[in-house]
Amino acid sequence: MKNKNRMWMALAALLLIGVYFFPIWSIGMEAPQYPEGIGMNITVNDINGKHPHDLENINGLNHYIGMKPITPESIPELKIMPFIFAFLIVSGLAIAWMGNRKWVLIWLGIFVLFALTGLVDFYLWGYDYGHNLNPNAPIKVPGMTYQPPLIGSKQLLNINATSMPHIGFYFALLSMGIAGWIWWREDDAENESPGSKNSKIAA
Amino acid sequence: MKTNKMTFRSILPALVVFGLLSYGCTQKQLGSSDDAAAKVYVAPGEYDEFYGFFSGGYNGQLSVYGLPSGRHLYTIPVFSQSASSGYGYSEETKAMLNTSHGFVPWGDAHHPELSQTNGETDGRWVFINENNTPRIARIGLNDFKTQEIIEIPNSAGNHASSFVTPNTEYVSAATRFSVPMDDEDLQNMDVSIDSYKENFKGTISFIKVSDEGKMSIDFQIMMPGFDYDLSHAGKGPSNGWSFFTSYNSEEANTLLEINASKNDKDFIAAVNWEKAAQYAKEGKGRMIPGEHVRNYVDHSTGEVKSETLKEVRVLDPRELEGIVYFLPTPKSPHGVDVDPTGQYIAAGGKLSTVIPVHSFSKMQQAIENEDYEGEVMGIPVLKYDSILHGEVENPGLGPLHTEFDDKGYAYTTAFISSEIVKWDIEKTEVVDRIDVYYSPGHLMIPGGDSQNPDGKYLVALNKITKDRYLPTGPEMFHSAQLIDISGDKMKLLLDFPTEGEPHYAQAITREKVIENQTRFYKLEENNHPYAAKSEKQAKVVRDGNTVHVYMTAIRSHFFPDNIEGIKVGDEVYFHVTNLEQAWDVPHGFAIKGANNAELLIMPGETLTLKWEPKKPGVLPFYCTDFCSALHQEMQGYVRVSPEDSDVEITYGTGQ
Repeated sequence: MKNKNRMWMALAALLLIGVYFFPIWSIGMEAPQYPEGIGMNITVNDINGKHPHDLENINGLNHYIGMKPITPESIPELKIMPFIFAFLIVSGLAIAWMGNRKWVLIWLGIFVLFALTGLVDFYLWGYDYGHNLNPNAPIKVPGMTYQPPLIGSKQLLNINATSMPHIGFYFALLSMGIAGWIWWREDDAENESPGSKNSKIAA
Repeated sequence: MKTNKMTFRSILPALVVFGLLSYGCTQKQLGSSDDAAAKVYVAPGEYDEFYGFFSGGYNGQLSVYGLPSGRHLYTIPVFSQSASSGYGYSEETKAMLNTSHGFVPWGDAHHPELSQTNGETDGRWVFINENNTPRIARIGLNDFKTQEIIEIPNSAGNHASSFVTPNTEYVSAATRFSVPMDDEDLQNMDVSIDSYKENFKGTISFIKVSDEGKMSIDFQIMMPGFDYDLSHAGKGPSNGWSFFTSYNSEEANTLLEINASKNDKDFIAAVNWEKAAQYAKEGKGRMIPGEHVRNYVDHSTGEVKSETLKEVRVLDPRELEGIVYFLPTPKSPHGVDVDPTGQYIAAGGKLSTVIPVHSFSKMQQAIENEDYEGEVMGIPVLKYDSILHGEVENPGLGPLHTEFDDKGYAYTTAFISSEIVKWDIEKTEVVDRIDVYYSPGHLMIPGGDSQNPDGKYLVALNKITKDRYLPTGPEMFHSAQLIDISGDKMKLLLDFPTEGEPHYAQAITREKVIENQTRFYKLEENNHPYAAKSEKQAKVVRDGNTVHVYMTAIRSHFFPDNIEGIKVGDEVYFHVTNLEQAWDVPHGFAIKGANNAELLIMPGETLTLKWEPKKPGVLPFYCTDFCSALHQEMQGYVRVSPEDSDVEITYGTGQ
């Protein structure tokens, strides 16, 4: 790999440090009685309120419909995720150092797989919270479930819930994009030098 | 008695004339129009431009109104118990109404005054005085709660109060009613009321305000036995001085309406507080017994603590030169108001046909030249002509109070002729007048007694309401009127009712207040000794006949909500902690048979209600503030057993 692309790969890996500083996903809720909104941010290792005490207040609201309280301590994924990103950063830097194009693809593959798993997992948590309701809940609306949307907005009774990626997610997306671009550019570069073994495989 | 009757008869015709004058105004809707409506309209969801703080007078509280809409936003309990929040009833707040006379559940609130920095309102606190049991309260504008009340010793009728100096170094007070005080230590004496001239004295007090707001009486000045009425601090060139009106320089002790209205001139006392403070600092004057109580909120627990202070420093103008001068002023002056430049001192000589305006620089000159016409109790009396800036002719009948705009004009209320008169300060000439309905006492312009008035609106605080609103029987709210003073001519914009009897009022731009608003108390900062900061900490503990219930409230249940083992004869303390941490989610707590009030507990706060059950049975308690969809379900029971019963304490929720 060209030195320039090795630098880019290192940057792709280092960009992931951003997920430790910015939330990855956010769920915001709007209702007439919450003029300033209420919501939560999902970070690499925690779930916290958009404003102080939002999570307590969301749990307070949810108990009326029998939803389990959201307690970040009890979600194992939040304990694992920091290590997965650490692994991606360290391995990404190693690949940049090695300069092997094939490993860039493998790294990208693992990353994408991990991201997809994450989204499915997030969907399943949402499904569980939204469907497995306490049968003794004070408010029971026949046929109503409260699964938040995976992405986008959804009206849940009087609350409009919006689920969207947050800054951390875009760091990850940019990192993926750079890795993909490096892999593709290296392909071009190798096509320009006939006789290269790798270029034949890629072709 | 016979002579008194005769005197009364002789003034009857005058009373009739006054009566006709004040009842004569029957024209109603002057100045009201679509234009006026647009000026006071605040669209749904939008904010008023100003916070207005109106004293509640005989309700003892402080009311908050939005201006220009006149909407009533809130009432802050200050000197009177308030059953609707439990203020003055709950164990935490009761002590705020402690005095050297014991617990006093009512007060007469008069003059709110916003704290100032560099002569401008700063949005930290509002002070207000209590007349009947002399006190001054400090209210925080972060949570709109009474944070401190200090009693003023050696005073009777704290009317000339609570006016601040330009950097809130001091808030001042003066006794409206002089009382017999012995010369040595100013103690009230058991003497004949007829001995007024011989024994009665007054005091003026300066209360130091620390940076955190803590109030302490720095010194008192012994004064002749007049009635001290109103006050204002100097500013700019006159910073360091305060001015106090007095009436009854006749020193009458009965039928004052006649006997205290005889002298052509009474006095404004000009007090050099800077010099007096220097004397006090040097240890001049003397410490005398002066028992007074100071109550303050301990912010870590939310409880009010009381302390009794035994002594106070008194300065005697007969011994300490240059602290007080008398400015002769016609005629039983009421308000004394210093213009924004600090150069002119206007007096509302309520029985006078002119408004006298004194000049501060002339006053200083007269002091320097010792231009005295006499002396009262060691206090030099300056010559009227050498201190006068001018007299405003034809100011209406019964001028009382003056406020100022930012364009060099003063506005004075005329009680008897029921109007507001606008006059040019430099020229001392009336330029405009407007009728108000009816009989204004004070008036208020936002910042109108500071160095930086906001001359957009004026509020007339009228004493008589009569037919202005739908009638509500013999008693009705007082009436305020909002007047546009932005142009050359004053325009009436709005009438709005005000609760109690607003004496003075103050207003401040919303920006100075909104930013520092407390939305709720942080639970982690709640160090109340009986707080249950989670349901796990809730418990019921018996200690002899005393039972402490550490209770929590959260939407929509109490913990515990079933309590057994209480006995007749127990003293039960419900310490209720509101676990919510969101804006505007108070919970209420009321229990059947309580002889005090309810509690209204703000998020993160702990309040305590004392309850003494008298008969066996099961008694309900419930949340009184509609907190949530399941508010009606927010209830519980206490089982009360006979005194000799052996029912053990048990409690819980949801078993």
